[in-house]
Amino acid sequence: MSTDAIPSTSAAEPTFLLGKLSWNSLPHDPIVLSTMVVVIIGGVGLLALVTRYKLWGYLWKEWFTTVDHKKIGIMYMILGLVMFLRGFADAIMMRLQQVMAFGGSEGYLNAHHYDQIFTAHGVIMIFFVAMPFITGLMNYVVPLQIGARDVSFPFLNNFSFWMTTSGAVLTMASLFVGEFAATGWLAYPPLSGIAYSPSVGVDYYIWALQIAGVGTTLSGINLIVTILKMRAPGMGLMKMPVFTWTSLCANILIVASFPVLTAVLALLTLDRYVGTNFFTNDFGGSSMMYVNLIWIWGHPEVYILILPLFGVFSEVTSTFSGKKLFGYTSMVYATVVITILSYVVWLHHFFTMGSGASVNSFFGITTMVISIPTGAKLFNWLFTMYRGRIRYELPMMWTVAFMLTFTIGGMTGVLLAVPPADFVLHNSLFLIAHFHNVIIGGVLFGIFAAINYWWPKAFGFKLDKFWGKVSFWCWVPGFWVAFAPLYVLGLMGVTRRMRVFDDPSLQIWFAIAAVGAFMIAAGIAAMLIQFAVSIWKREALAETTGDPWNGRTLEWATSSPPADYNFAFTPRIHALDAWYDMKAAGVEHPAEGYKDIHMPSNTGAGVILAGISTVAGFALVWHIWWLAGLSMVGLIGAAIAHTFNYKRDFHIPASQVAATEAARLRQLQAAGA
Amino acid sequence: MSGILTRTRLPLGIAATCLLPLLGGCNMVVLDPAGDVAQQQGDLVVISTLLMLIIIVPVMALTGYFAWKYRAANEAATYKPDWDHSTQLELAIWAIPLLIIICLGAVTWVGTHLLDPYRPLARTAPGQAVTEKDKPLEVQAVALNWKWLFIYPEQGIATVNELAVPEGRPLRFRISSSSVMNSFYVPAMAGQIYAMPGMETKLHAVFNETGNYEGFSANYSGAGFSNMRFAARSMTAKGFDLWVAKARAEGQTLDRATYLKLERPSEKEPVRRYASVERDLFDRIVNMCAEPGKMCMHDMMAIDARGGMGLAGLHNVRQLAYDKHAARGTGDTASDRYIAENCTNPELLSASLARIEDRVIDLSTLTGAGLNRPGGPLFRKRQTSTKSPELTQAGTTDPVS
Amino acid sequence: MSSITLPAGEDKPVYYEIDEHPHPEGHSTLLGFWIYLMSDCLIFAILFACYAVLGGNFAAGPGPKDLFDLNLIALNTAMLLFSSLTYGLAMIAMQNRNLRHVQMWLAVTGLFGAAFLAIELYEFSHLIHIGATPQRSAFLSAFFTLVGTHGLHVTFGLIWLVTLIVQLGRHGLNPANQRRVACLSLFWHFLDVIWIGVFTFVYLMGML
Repeated sequence: MSTDAIPSTSAAEPTFLLGKLSWNSLPHDPIVLSTMVVVIIGGVGLLALVTRYKLWGYLWKEWFTTVDHKKIGIMYMILGLVMFLRGFADAIMMRLQQVMAFGGSEGYLNAHHYDQIFTAHGVIMIFFVAMPFITGLMNYVVPLQIGARDVSFPFLNNFSFWMTTSGAVLTMASLFVGEFAATGWLAYPPLSGIAYSPSVGVDYYIWALQIAGVGTTLSGINLIVTILKMRAPGMGLMKMPVFTWTSLCANILIVASFPVLTAVLALLTLDRYVGTNFFTNDFGGSSMMYVNLIWIWGHPEVYILILPLFGVFSEVTSTFSGKKLFGYTSMVYATVVITILSYVVWLHHFFTMGSGASVNSFFGITTMVISIPTGAKLFNWLFTMYRGRIRYELPMMWTVAFMLTFTIGGMTGVLLAVPPADFVLHNSLFLIAHFHNVIIGGVLFGIFAAINYWWPKAFGFKLDKFWGKVSFWCWVPGFWVAFAPLYVLGLMGVTRRMRVFDDPSLQIWFAIAAVGAFMIAAGIAAMLIQFAVSIWKREALAETTGDPWNGRTLEWATSSPPADYNFAFTPRIHALDAWYDMKAAGVEHPAEGYKDIHMPSNTGAGVILAGISTVAGFALVWHIWWLAGLSMVGLIGAAIAHTFNYKRDFHIPASQVAATEAARLRQLQAAGA
Repeated sequence: MSGILTRTRLPLGIAATCLLPLLGGCNMVVLDPAGDVAQQQGDLVVISTLLMLIIIVPVMALTGYFAWKYRAANEAATYKPDWDHSTQLELAIWAIPLLIIICLGAVTWVGTHLLDPYRPLARTAPGQAVTEKDKPLEVQAVALNWKWLFIYPEQGIATVNELAVPEGRPLRFRISSSSVMNSFYVPAMAGQIYAMPGMETKLHAVFNETGNYEGFSANYSGAGFSNMRFAARSMTAKGFDLWVAKARAEGQTLDRATYLKLERPSEKEPVRRYASVERDLFDRIVNMCAEPGKMCMHDMMAIDARGGMGLAGLHNVRQLAYDKHAARGTGDTASDRYIAENCTNPELLSASLARIEDRVIDLSTLTGAGLNRPGGPLFRKRQTSTKSPELTQAGTTDPVS
Repeated sequence: MSSITLPAGEDKPVYYEIDEHPHPEGHSTLLGFWIYLMSDCLIFAILFACYAVLGGNFAAGPGPKDLFDLNLIALNTAMLLFSSLTYGLAMIAMQNRNLRHVQMWLAVTGLFGAAFLAIELYEFSHLIHIGATPQRSAFLSAFFTLVGTHGLHVTFGLIWLVTLIVQLGRHGLNPANQRRVACLSLFWHFLDVIWIGVFTFVYLMGML
């Protein structure tokens, strides 16, 4: 009998000043310790560079306090990318552990560490990689696509971004101060209750997600209102670009599901902090309720992630096939149907709870029904390619890779929706392979397509194609090498979240999967090189037309990068592919008659509020009550102070607009000549 | 077929050919199990996959074909930039998946009901119907941190980390957990079902071959989860009898005190057998009253169904605390924050019980349709007697102090 | 190109708004606030659902009949209903552009709200004093959380109300403040509706 597995209760008594925080909270594990040293050196180096080149003022004025949806979108993408590297490091560590821990070997990670890693991997990849990526894309692209100058609530947009960042900061802090949850990414009670997870890990989880969740919900509200209220004249709902449609549905899903997460996490918080009995075994609590509630959020979340990327694939396919999108109307209806159905399938995540055959069948069949509109979408892309002139630029390559990969992921998903099949595959590595198949093959490939597609718009130069192809050819086969073995292992009855294995015949499969993970690592490296090389060669890759791909939607009607105000004159829409329509009609952009443009002013309130929230979260995690109280008061005070600011806008004078537009016209003429 | 397709496919194809012997060599237990239930579930995996391939294969082939044929370099291909609608095609792309889903839905509905783990087996093998004579063997499985306890009520024995059953006989599992959620899974025998504390789930299964298989928890349950495995041994009827006799000969008794020690967190427990088991131990585990002085959950729920115990029950917390304040087996179950007062006064207790006797409030808790909250049958049984023995005992026993 | 729809009476379609009228500031605030309220409503929906599931789990402790005092709750409900009424009067005053009356009615609303909170706090402290704490049973956990969350919303409403009265004093009934008064009105009535739900499902149905 070994006793080291018993959860360690914190030895020291909490103090008033520091709560549960003490020297023991800092890492002792050599792996974590060395990571921490590297991160600290890197961080200090970065700060020193910023100081050395006197960039603080620039960063603060132009980026941190900005309310420009384009800059906020870019910051979201940077956040997603940074967190992606962290999440991927976790993935590599898991792959290494699982390939090593055979034949009595314990591998190199103990349970305490390994369990945190798979939890952090899930949490980070969903909340701090996929979510920032899609929010960033929607933020950047949607206002441009609908011909708006900004979102409806520009300050809220900035605030949302910083709240998401605050959650990410707390998650990262847990790596070095204390620990993260070791419960799996959804933290099912009673395991996540105070009795079975007495240390701060679950508290970090709760507060990081709560704070980030506020940001996500507000950004969802913001984008819904933006899409409903700020469309250019003439753009009826059925003339909206497909990406805007899918964004609208994704944001409706956000607003209608994130409050559920907020509520259920709040109840778990009360159980842990106050001693209530929502999810306890005793005193009448019900842990099954947690599982139901978290999946009522969790399943729509999956569609929040994938829907915007369906929009990206639609835009990309249509643009690079040089054709109108096939079946726009059925595409829109398919999106709406998916949105609605995503609320009536949550129970398929726990058929094995014993809900009875009829309930299980109901949820199984509703899940399968979702595959019909999804299939219709796939056919629509297919028939958009049909009789097109497909240019294989990077975005289109990712799209074709998506179509081939996602189909398999969708098939295994429907398979798992058959309850008796799920009874043998639930929680197995087959399930892991399935959802990575749809999340990597759908969401990530989509994000890569989107980055390659809109990068020239955002920065005024294209991404290097050679390194992009290297990345593509590492990623796509790498994905299959990494995850096909997991399908096999699942059929061999291997369950998820295992740290050590007995059966030596499994090892070869884990070895193959590890090779795949390193191929993906090469793909990520190539992508980072692609960014670096492109920035280095930006003169050669420069894109001055504003429309590098012969695009069809309004964002290509502006310069690259667009001016702060996006459009000097708001466009009037007559057709679905508005910009294509304008090009076909030979419309000239007016060269005079500019007016003052009304714009929102930058504000530091978002940074301040989110900063205080981070402190509050940290104080609550460590039970530093005085600091928690102080920061709560500070939060309310700062919010009230912000409402006393009535001067939130300014005008860009017409002369300045004229100068900017004239410069662009010269550039266009030079490009045309 | 063509370039882009061959280019993506060729490496994959080579890989697949290389892996084929590997695939043949590995044991796909999910598709080729040793039990009839798992076999049917595995068959369903295959049938569903084949059904879906009807549409998946053409879609992937068309994707490759269109991707190649309509590449920009191929100027010979037709180009229709404004073609964006075809009613027939639209009809087809909605209807064909719909038809397949209708088929799959029908398979699902039937399969889910036939293979409902709560449903007693109708057959032990294809063509071999279960008759009156085939009395199922009941096994009570309890997930403990981090090992499995199996109680055989019929044989009166119990084991840790070893499940032995006779081949060909229907098995009826009653499953629970002492602390956190686990999932009881023997891939060779039948699909899994959650093991949840304070609740009982059921599984019906059968082994059709003898042999040694592996069982484990398929739901992450904390630090020792990886080693939460057990041997699942399917034996001949005779072998099983011998095995039972051997267990009986080992002489140990699993009573409540032994159970409470066993329940403490531990990993990699060796196989252990108990010659006898205290009566109703499993029911006490499910009802969270294996500890002396605890109120059983079915009693608590019976009281709640009659409107609670009133203000008299306010401080009656020690006998209810199970694992709210400390993980099972790691400390005192009652926090110092609460004091046990009224609960120790039997007169007060029976007085308040009498008072609530006439209240009938049916606030049945929301549970899954097939899910039996503890005290289902027990609860009904006990409702007939006005005073349950447990309750009296819980009321009179002075807890921990 | 196929589908250019020509606006009637013009021979050439207009592609840029040369003479555009900018969106008035805050034109979408109310829609945004409505959507926020619906998301908040969802949080309450979850808390109601929890109460529905756990409301009968007294853990051999007291139930609603042992704990609730309908007279007190009726008084409490009256306070909140009156506050909604007086908020309505504030809105009418705003339409009549009578700043003083707006401030006065808002202040009265605040007083009713504060009375509501005071009664709720009294009820809570009484329950906790006799030992019916949220820790005692799942029923009490769900009760305190549902009612407490509503109370917390009222508290934030009060803070907002006071802030707004000050802001009205400083800037008068400018468009921004009118918008804020309208938003708070939505918020306040929303809390009233939630309370009707609480009163019915928790108190009335618990006592009957």
